[in-house]
Amino acid sequence: MLAHLINGISLGSIYAIIALGYTMVYGIAKMLNFAHGDVIMVGGYVSFCFMSYMNVPAPIAVLLAMAICTVLGITIERLAYKPLRSATSLAVLITAIGMSYFLQNSALIIWGANPKAYPNIFKDIEAFEMVGGARVSPVAVVAITANLVIMIILTLFTSRTKMGKAMRAVSEDKGAATLMGINVNFTISMTFAIGSGLAAIAGVLLCTAYPTLMPTTGSMPGIKAFTAAVFGGIGSIPGAMIGGILLGVIEILARAYISSELADAIVFGVLIVVLIFRPTGLLGKQIHEKV
Amino acid sequence: MSITKKASAASKKSFINYGIVIIFYIVFQILVSTGNITSALKGQLIPIACYMIMAVSLNLVVGISGELSLGHAGFMSVGAFTAVIVSAAMGDASNPARLVVSIVIGALLAGLAGFLIGIPVLRLNGDYLAIVTLAFGEIIKNILNCLYVGIDEKGIHIAFNNPDAMGMSATGKTVINGPMGAVGISKISTFTSAVVLLILVLIVIQNLVNSRTGRAIMAIRDNRIAAESMGISPMKYKMLAFTLSASMAGAAGAVYALNYSTLVPKKFDFNTSILVLVFVVLGGIGSMTGSLIAAGVLVVLPELLRKFSDYRMLVYAIVLILVMLVTNNEKLKGRMDIFAKKMRMKVSKGGKK
Amino acid sequence: MSKSPEVKLVNVPSPNFVPEKDLGKPLVLEAAHLGIDFGGLVAVDEFNIGIGATEICGLIGPNGAGKTTIFNLLTKVYEPTRGTIMIGGKDTHNMTPVQVNQLGIARTFQNIRLFDKLTVEENVKIGLHNHMGYHTLAGVFRLPNYWKEEKKAHERALELLDIFGMADLAGVRADSLPYGAQRRLEIVRALATGPKLLLLDEPAAGMNPSETEELMNNIRKIRDEFQIAVLLIEHDMNLVMGICESIVVLNFGRIIAKGTPSQIQGNPQVIEAYLGTHRG
Repeated sequence: MLAHLINGISLGSIYAIIALGYTMVYGIAKMLNFAHGDVIMVGGYVSFCFMSYMNVPAPIAVLLAMAICTVLGITIERLAYKPLRSATSLAVLITAIGMSYFLQNSALIIWGANPKAYPNIFKDIEAFEMVGGARVSPVAVVAITANLVIMIILTLFTSRTKMGKAMRAVSEDKGAATLMGINVNFTISMTFAIGSGLAAIAGVLLCTAYPTLMPTTGSMPGIKAFTAAVFGGIGSIPGAMIGGILLGVIEILARAYISSELADAIVFGVLIVVLIFRPTGLLGKQIHEKV
Repeated sequence: MSITKKASAASKKSFINYGIVIIFYIVFQILVSTGNITSALKGQLIPIACYMIMAVSLNLVVGISGELSLGHAGFMSVGAFTAVIVSAAMGDASNPARLVVSIVIGALLAGLAGFLIGIPVLRLNGDYLAIVTLAFGEIIKNILNCLYVGIDEKGIHIAFNNPDAMGMSATGKTVINGPMGAVGISKISTFTSAVVLLILVLIVIQNLVNSRTGRAIMAIRDNRIAAESMGISPMKYKMLAFTLSASMAGAAGAVYALNYSTLVPKKFDFNTSILVLVFVVLGGIGSMTGSLIAAGVLVVLPELLRKFSDYRMLVYAIVLILVMLVTNNEKLKGRMDIFAKKMRMKVSKGGKK
Repeated sequence: MSKSPEVKLVNVPSPNFVPEKDLGKPLVLEAAHLGIDFGGLVAVDEFNIGIGATEICGLIGPNGAGKTTIFNLLTKVYEPTRGTIMIGGKDTHNMTPVQVNQLGIARTFQNIRLFDKLTVEENVKIGLHNHMGYHTLAGVFRLPNYWKEEKKAHERALELLDIFGMADLAGVRADSLPYGAQRRLEIVRALATGPKLLLLDEPAAGMNPSETEELMNNIRKIRDEFQIAVLLIEHDMNLVMGICESIVVLNFGRIIAKGTPSQIQGNPQVIEAYLGTHRG
């Protein structure tokens, strides 16, 4: 039970890191970035290439993957989303879906359809022994720690720094933010940069925990993380963390105790129940339309 | 004066769509009978018609009702697997009756699923509705993955998660085999039946849109609060559009399923829902003509791009992004309009000479 | 938590101040002790009003006084925190906007809310929705009833549009109309629902004096022809003083004066509310 719980929190932490990317982008650009899950996949492949083909040490490979994903995120935003700033949300959504197809098929051409075996970064580290004999893998510990650290840094970033405050201002009201002298386009680019950098970290963690890497690796975790973001209240940073962790725990427990076939159905079922009672998620703001 | 003109314009638009479908039917019937068609394309005819039904029925939700649904394939799968069971249970019935009953029951069950899902879901708006419909689509897929159905002389046996629990006799035949999906389907769908269904669906949608019910649905889309103040209940009409659309997707699923000998639930996952949404958006939200053409072209396009082999889906993705950018970016759109105008002027000048 | 300033209630007439001609008939609207709080902030309090069967009543007050909030309470966009609203003698407690419309209350909106992508005629036909007697299936299968009722609705829509001389705009998309015509269309659309009480939220906003003059005549014409009551919010004092038989003045969510136009014009509280007080 304890082991399942810790595994759940670990998986949930990975979801939470991905969900942060969704939630920040949604908060600021009011768009569902469907390609976000595929940036995770790119992060996985890039770090894989550095480690397996060039023997780059793992920490440096992670940093390089982050750098490349950040650039990728900014590029995607500039090329595909920025020209649609004034278009309908549906148009932007379809473009994001197109971008998701583009990334998946590019990966298919570059790296092929065969799954790659992701190297175990923590192979020299023994699994930790917990009270009661449960064993906890090092990747679980790293995922949970990384999630907490990212959470704290992001919270401080958005509340203390000038850039973070600009982000919050843009997410409240783009027009007013522009009048206050905030460069809205740059702020949105920065949000994509942060989200994509986080996606790279999530990609490495995800591939270490589940070491088969395919062009579609990012899509299901992407959808689940998006669900987690909605679950916690989209646009809310602590919401993404709570949503992610709850989702991970529910998924692992359902897999262990109910049915592995139905685990995803249960996860989505819980989401629906939450949204019925709290239509904007656990920590989401209730918005009333002005009449 | 202008009113009668307007009314006739609406019915003219409807007839254009029937015309498109009939021409599509005749052209391919001729191609098939003269043997001028690749077998790959021939095999795509029924799926194309089914995807056209999917596209126009999703357009009823997205374009007319204004709600974003990402779970349309889920309803298609309900219709598909229901039809497979019904058709297997009616094993000895003559073909047209067997097909029609399968489609009707498939559509009814999909409509029921739409109704049950609509109750909680349609209270949410915008992106929340999108994610919840997506979730429902995945739940339906997951449940079908665990479903086992068999038929023996005592009737239909249904089990969940465990094929042995069906308790069939030795002569029993498995119809739906969990993640392996439906097996041993008798292929009773025909291109003609698919096209007839498509025309039926178009008639229902277009007549609905031009009636008081359709106007109420569009009123809620354009301004929910104003519609309420006119005494129109948003929930009632949103439900009507959503349920009707779900049952149409179920009918499409039924025809689709009875065209293959085996069918896995995974066929109707999130990607299929997205595919249909892409048809709707590329064809123009709210435009049935656009949905028909986009569905037709985009189902055939990957076939045509076959010579690009590995690159075809990449090309597809790039085309999708470019079309969205050109049609939705103000600057690019303006430039395209000017370009189109110039071209038209040139053409008309040339004509005058 | 209450942040509303102290307002001295002086010279407030009885809540059921109704013009003489409507005295014998039942009131179309009666609201008593109506109030709503938004998260501890009292937006409207102790709002009492009675509107006679064919009365034209003006609701005026400075910006932010709570006038539109009162419309939203009467039409059940908001559920009141306290008080009762009776429409045609029926208590509207826990009713939805749809239900109160069916009781006979229709409104226009301050920020125009037309069905933008539909034509002018379709907008009016949506107003006629509940008066069209055919079933969804009759529409889908084009049964005789469909054609009969659609024809009737088409003629009725043109008749109603003709009140404002807009019949020739019937086929135009609503969002391509000029601003003034959009406001007029909202009135026609509300009228199409067959109300006993019409609520107009700043009907003359953005209109020039001659358009306003025409609007005044039309509001009077609507009242006389349809024998209905009108409650209107307006900042244009010429219009308010010109057509209203009674006026209610609101400030900080409370009624500060009620009376006939001439009584209101001379009321010191009203002048103070509009022009401010000396501080010293």
